[in-house]
Amino acid sequence: MSDVVEKTLTALPSLLSLDSQPGSAKLSSNSKLGNLIRGITELTSKHEEEKLIQHELSSIKEQVSSPNTTMRQMRELMVRAVYCEMLGYEASFSYIHAIKLAQQGNVLEKRVGYLAVSLFLNENHELLLLLVNTVLKDLQSTNLIEVCMALTVVCQIFPKDMIPAILPIVEEKLNHPKEIIRRKAVLALHKFYLIAPNQVQHIHNKFRKALCDKDPGVMTASLHIYLQLIQENAEAYKDLTASFVTILKQVVGGKLPMDFNYHSVPAPWLQIQLLRILSLLGKNDQRTSEVMYEVLDESLRRAEMNHNITYAILYECVKCVYTIHPKSELLEKAATCIGNFVLSPKINLKYLGLKALTYVVQQDPKLALQHQMTIIECLDHSDVIIKRETLELLFRITNAQNVTVIVEKMLDFLRLSKDDHTTVDLAGKVAELAEKYAPDNEWFIQTMNAVFSLGGDMMQPEIPNGFLKLLSEGFDSEEEDRKLRLFAVNSYISLLQGDPSKLPQRFLQVICWVLGEYSYLKDDLDPVVVLRLLAQLLDMKGSSSDTKSWVLVAMTKLCWSETAVSVAQQVAETYSSSFDTTLRQRAQELQHLSRDSQLHSRVLPPGGSLEPVEVDSSLSFLDGFVSEALSAGAAPYKPLHQRQEELSRSKALSLEPYGLSLPISTSSCSITDRQSPTLLSTSSGLSGDSTDFSHRGSSTTLKLDGVRRVWGREGYLAQKEPVEEVAQVEIPSPLRSPGQQGDADSCHSRTPTANPEGDREKQQLASSLFGGLSSQSSVCLMEKSERFGRKAKGQRASSTPNEQRSDPSVSSSSAVDNLLCNNLLEENSEPIDSSTKQTFQHPQSLRVPNGACDAEAIISDDDTKGRNRPVSPEEHVEGDDFPPCEDKSKDLSLTAHLPAELSGFSHSEIIPLCSNRSLDLSACHVQTDNTVVLVVFVTNSSEDANLQIQVLSEELEVCCPCESPVEEVRGHSVSVRQYSLTVKRPLVHFELVGRLSYSAAGTLQSMQFSYKLPLTSFIRPLTVSTEEYGSMWLAFSHDTKQNLTLMKEEQEPLSATLNALKKKLSLHVVEIIGVEGLVACSLLQDQPCLMHCRVHAGRLAVWLRSPVADLPDCLLYHCQRALQEH
Amino acid sequence: MQFMLLFSRQGKLRLQKWYVPLSDKEKKKITRELVQTVLARKPKMCSFLEWRDLKIVYKRYASLYFCCAIEDQDNELITLEIIHRYVELLDKYFGSVCELDIIFNFEKAYFILDEFLLGGEAQETSKKNVLKAIEQADLLQEDTKEAETPRSVLEEIGLT
Repeated sequence: MSDVVEKTLTALPSLLSLDSQPGSAKLSSNSKLGNLIRGITELTSKHEEEKLIQHELSSIKEQVSSPNTTMRQMRELMVRAVYCEMLGYEASFSYIHAIKLAQQGNVLEKRVGYLAVSLFLNENHELLLLLVNTVLKDLQSTNLIEVCMALTVVCQIFPKDMIPAILPIVEEKLNHPKEIIRRKAVLALHKFYLIAPNQVQHIHNKFRKALCDKDPGVMTASLHIYLQLIQENAEAYKDLTASFVTILKQVVGGKLPMDFNYHSVPAPWLQIQLLRILSLLGKNDQRTSEVMYEVLDESLRRAEMNHNITYAILYECVKCVYTIHPKSELLEKAATCIGNFVLSPKINLKYLGLKALTYVVQQDPKLALQHQMTIIECLDHSDVIIKRETLELLFRITNAQNVTVIVEKMLDFLRLSKDDHTTVDLAGKVAELAEKYAPDNEWFIQTMNAVFSLGGDMMQPEIPNGFLKLLSEGFDSEEEDRKLRLFAVNSYISLLQGDPSKLPQRFLQVICWVLGEYSYLKDDLDPVVVLRLLAQLLDMKGSSSDTKSWVLVAMTKLCWSETAVSVAQQVAETYSSSFDTTLRQRAQELQHLSRDSQLHSRVLPPGGSLEPVEVDSSLSFLDGFVSEALSAGAAPYKPLHQRQEELSRSKALSLEPYGLSLPISTSSCSITDRQSPTLLSTSSGLSGDSTDFSHRGSSTTLKLDGVRRVWGREGYLAQKEPVEEVAQVEIPSPLRSPGQQGDADSCHSRTPTANPEGDREKQQLASSLFGGLSSQSSVCLMEKSERFGRKAKGQRASSTPNEQRSDPSVSSSSAVDNLLCNNLLEENSEPIDSSTKQTFQHPQSLRVPNGACDAEAIISDDDTKGRNRPVSPEEHVEGDDFPPCEDKSKDLSLTAHLPAELSGFSHSEIIPLCSNRSLDLSACHVQTDNTVVLVVFVTNSSEDANLQIQVLSEELEVCCPCESPVEEVRGHSVSVRQYSLTVKRPLVHFELVGRLSYSAAGTLQSMQFSYKLPLTSFIRPLTVSTEEYGSMWLAFSHDTKQNLTLMKEEQEPLSATLNALKKKLSLHVVEIIGVEGLVACSLLQDQPCLMHCRVHAGRLAVWLRSPVADLPDCLLYHCQRALQEH
Repeated sequence: MQFMLLFSRQGKLRLQKWYVPLSDKEKKKITRELVQTVLARKPKMCSFLEWRDLKIVYKRYASLYFCCAIEDQDNELITLEIIHRYVELLDKYFGSVCELDIIFNFEKAYFILDEFLLGGEAQETSKKNVLKAIEQADLLQEDTKEAETPRSVLEEIGLT
């Protein structure tokens, strides 16, 4: 068909021979629009066009406002006005007439009127209110076409506040006999849900009816709503999984009418929608995932590779398979699919293949290894998009060994990139990698220099801030810190001696700060030299006043010698009368401090340690002002994250640059540095702001974690090749350096080798790019979950002394070996999922003496410990038989194993964590009065095994009462472990990750699991009197305010709302006074949080206060949720 | 889907449909940037673009570029097929569609688009149903036309 279109679509020149065109019968070539269009095409210059259109517009304007113009003429005029707007000329005078046309015209005029309205206006336009009555009338019309038109316009634009006016009628349309009306009504409700979710909350059961509609079109439309709902809260819709699976089965099986086929594929849009829904439902949920395995398999099988549309379905299928709880056979098939995509000659498929690889590579690095040669080819692809995606992939597999090569490639790309957005994004990624994996100081500083000069001034401010923070806070070793700082000073001095006018302002600011703080470290450097270099920046044309402030501050720090003072005085003189107040302020500071050396040394001791300045981040001194303003009717402050949430709910196109994947928390940036002006302003740490950043940070890490967890390959390996896995785990990874070549070779033999010369080059690149990928997978994953690259840096720093430097691209074996040793040592010091390690193909090849022995010793040590340990004195229950498939009964029987001391308390549902053939891991948490206990049940359904469980969390302190890490679990029994949890730092949800390693019958295996629990588990009611409440209130410094929805209760909405919160979150209601309510709770025993509620304009204005940072924000989130669910 | 643009090889906008509220200034800026970017790409290149935080899916049919902006988690290939299905619908409706049909009858092209995509989501994927809906509305249009102003039809015939 597309050929036909291509042939018949013709270019403009044939315009005048219209009559010969078969499709031209409908062209109103004589109409005024036709004349206008023809007139425009005959013009040669933009200027002439403008003149013509202006003339046209004024004539339209004249006619629309004339009382003699009929509706029919009006219709024609509107079309012309729309055309003019499309060409980029404003015709706002016609908007009101478009509304009038929709209101007064007959059906066909109405249609144009509605179209013009939907094209002219956007959701927020005030004229839209005038449309409401027209829509209302048309919705009630007996003419189907009019109803359709009204619904169509409602789906596109409708004022949010007026939804209640038409909602009942739209709801009614869900029962309309015509499927087209039902379908449009469902889509209208979808639209309402998107712009005002709480308006349609009460009709959720109607959505279910739409899902069961006998017309496939209506059912498809309802899936849009479900996708949205499930994205927000998958838990609430798990019960629908089976229905979705059944629908998909029917669609795949070709049970729908032929009309829905697209290129003989049954309803592809529907299939993709369902696959997206299923992947959301099956994420992190084994039981739900199991329901869909069969249909996924079927989909993969049915979609034969022949047309774009089947690729689209396959791609969605692969994404789904990799998101839900893993199943080895499906993963294998999905991996083959990705392979086919990557190797495809079609460029679109290759792109998607790379994208899929990027998505899965952290879980399955083997897949990237398999395709390494293709990846390298893509790195030099002529299409920038492919190149960019390849870099994204490489970014995900970066480790300490390949970082130099990958960063080099990224910087190469950055040098050529012209797109601002890409530059910002990529610069952030390079900075992240450099921070995490830098092999040495020199490389780190040079890479950061490149980032700063290439990233320019668009760069995220977090990057320079993070960099300076890193320099100032340092690592474990003083000596290392000194070296790093000295190196930075040296590098910057030489940069300033070159041509600093080319450097971006941000970079200059960084340079100023570093020189101001650390140039004293360089013994042979006279501060006067530095001052002169800095002064030169002041005279540069391009310097912004911001940069000048930084320069002056740096100078202030440096002027402690006599000669220096005279230089400084001169500068201060010049700027102390500047028009820029900040500059003048800095100049004054410089002047005064340089005059008084005593004061100078007291304020700015050279090389003095950085004492963090205490900042009242809640700005509590403003409380009086705020409450006054509030009582005067001011809108309460909404924290940034909430405003953004509201914004994103309206689905606006975000024109901001990407949120960086760099998890730097600005909140922790608070004023550790003394004088930098910009830093001060960024860290004006309002509690709202700081939580926003931590939210953002956590959401990015969450994403990664989510993927990883689902993806533990243990199930895969354990089921598929248990014997091999044993081999893998017991062979330590130093074999890697030769084995890696072997890997490359073996993959090679699969891909056709054409040119041995070029190939060798590529192979070399391959080995440097994919080096250590296997061992990296585990190390990197653990590091990813850290909030900041500092830990990794620390390791780097500590490992530097015994590290030999050599050119990485040549990668002399000693360097690689050494790195590997370090890697290994690191591995042993941290809990790592050993099962993600690569299969080594040459276990008997060369060993590196050091690392190998160490690792082996440790592993075997572990092993023997496990085997010889006597039975630990923990609860053992024997002989119970657990049918593994009956979950209900399992839950019940596990409940019986709850330790006696916990039985009096309420416990959460026991959920399965992970399992394989012999072991089943489940867990729940129990809330006692003063703690939360995580109870882990290990059900062993085969023979005796020794096992060891580690549970970790960043934000929780995990305490295991039993001492022995290794424990024996007898065959066919349940072992119970307890961990008491305390909160280190409040979060909305806490996540625990754990690893279970066990040895049974001489083999060592391990599994990973994760467990999530909400903050509310840690919240306890706090009983205080109103007086106590009052005095506590004033003492707390962290706070947050927000408006919540009141429950729609006729009488006493306040007490009803508070009671609901009390029930859901176990809060204590201290007192209700008129329209105000006092509520108190505490985080476990000792971290109180107070809540002040006030009914204001039909909403509940809530103000939370606590001595604990972040607690008010997190609790507020749960209050919101609790009220939403209600 | 966030928006859909149709433009010619010369960079002239032929159709624009925005599914997110944006100011006119932003729309113009986006259109200008995108038209430039897409026109600069060579024929054998990938049909997908990463642009700001959106993904752009585009396809060229003869002298006309169809260009859609989708979000990150959306499926690029199915968007490509949405474009193709839209072209199929236009083709069926106009009977071998050409750029001129879309220029002179752009309001019809909008009507078809609105029956196919609504609020940025695929509304009806059955080709038959979309065309049926359009034809019903059109039929009514013809009827009323004849009933109300028989003369103008004659005029049109006479003038052509």
